[in-house]
Amino acid sequence: MLSKRNPQLNKHGELIHLLSVEGLPRAVIEQILDTAGSFLSVNDREVKKVPLLRGKSVFNLFFENSTRTRTTFEIAAKRLSADVINLDIARSSTAKGETLLDTVANLSAMHADMFVVRHSESGAPHLIAQHCAPHVHVVNAGDGRHAHPTQGLLDMYTIRHFKSDFRNLTVAIVGDIVHSRVARSDIHALSILGVPEIRAVGPKTLVPGDLRDMGVRVCHDMAEGVRDADVVIMLRLQNERMNGGMLPSSGEFFKHFGLTPDKLALAKPDAIVMHPGPINRGVEIASEVADGKSSVILPQVTFGIAVRMAVMAILAGNEA
Amino acid sequence: MSELLLDAEALYLELKRGVQRLLTPDTALVGIWSGGAWLAERLAADFSVASGTISSALHRDDFGSRGLAKADHTTLPFDVNGRDILLIDDVLYTGRTTRAVINELFDFGRPARVQLAVLVDRGGRELPIEPAFSAARVTLRADQSLRLARADGGRFSFEVK
Repeated sequence: MLSKRNPQLNKHGELIHLLSVEGLPRAVIEQILDTAGSFLSVNDREVKKVPLLRGKSVFNLFFENSTRTRTTFEIAAKRLSADVINLDIARSSTAKGETLLDTVANLSAMHADMFVVRHSESGAPHLIAQHCAPHVHVVNAGDGRHAHPTQGLLDMYTIRHFKSDFRNLTVAIVGDIVHSRVARSDIHALSILGVPEIRAVGPKTLVPGDLRDMGVRVCHDMAEGVRDADVVIMLRLQNERMNGGMLPSSGEFFKHFGLTPDKLALAKPDAIVMHPGPINRGVEIASEVADGKSSVILPQVTFGIAVRMAVMAILAGNEA
Repeated sequence: MSELLLDAEALYLELKRGVQRLLTPDTALVGIWSGGAWLAERLAADFSVASGTISSALHRDDFGSRGLAKADHTTLPFDVNGRDILLIDDVLYTGRTTRAVINELFDFGRPARVQLAVLVDRGGRELPIEPAFSAARVTLRADQSLRLARADGGRFSFEVK
């Protein structure tokens, strides 16, 4: 049974679905990060596979396209020895009028053990978690503007890897915060892990003042936003989510908020630069920065697989 | 059984004598996390041989019911291929942990030989696994648990519950 208070946890407080970083106990986040650390070394073995999900079927349900996220989940599940079935739902039954829950019921009848769900509607993974069989686990791979918990967690893994202690960090999240589920998941995770200063940086149209309610310092000036930061997380300008009028042009955005070597120089000398990808060179980040010594964008991708392995292995071992 | 009957320090010396007889020029000691890892660490220092730590977590057969064990790492800082691997554990019981770590070991390569030396063999095997050496054999009730503890100074003792 799903707990009314937190549908992600069973009555023992163990993770059974990963729907959002919000509401996760700090101990669960730390368990995921520690476990990811063990899985990272699986890549160095002669046999790059462990049998934890042997005999389990993981269904990637991508109602919204994302080749990269789907691929990293697929690699993670395969390294755990699961059978992986990729469904490009955007072009299949849903297009024929089947409802979300009917789709899920049909896939459950095919003996799915885990659903990895990407959906343009906020809350779709939650709905699936409420209606799937008790032995089935759901992982949110991004829902609308709501949450992208595995990205948030891999960002935390990356920060911990390079900065070790969260409790004295200044983290600046720059760009299109209002449309970004990554930003939301990052902010929740950073707060839970005790980061004292979280800044949301961008123009007023993309960084609303109500973010202050989440304990975030809102900066509409890039210099103020990145000054003395330990970590700068750049977000992709989500052209496909914008309905016009929020920005004069991407060139204008780059001029004010694009991360250039000059602006990065305001951050701490050992600051790291992160980006969830795919990056838009010359729109939110200059190539010199994306390819520079502060950039940890590619380690993020590597860590992402280990974090997704950790999430799936932990879920598979816990019973509702 | 009282703790006095199991003097872990005395048994360590016994284990050390047993391990010495099993060493070859190609031996690497691999301690099974956590008690066995402490033993292997001390034996490796005493004998100046290569050593590592191995975890059963990723190959356990009770994963489905017990979930993922607390994160701990396998660290084998040598090439496993062609080595004489001597697994070290504190307590040998059902043999399931040994089975799991042998699987883990083979994920890193093909050793020439794998043997097992333990501080205490408490019987109760559920798999065809036998140690090449055990410093002591004891009988315990199934509901009792026996594990090695290490004090800050490195001194070993047994915890019986």
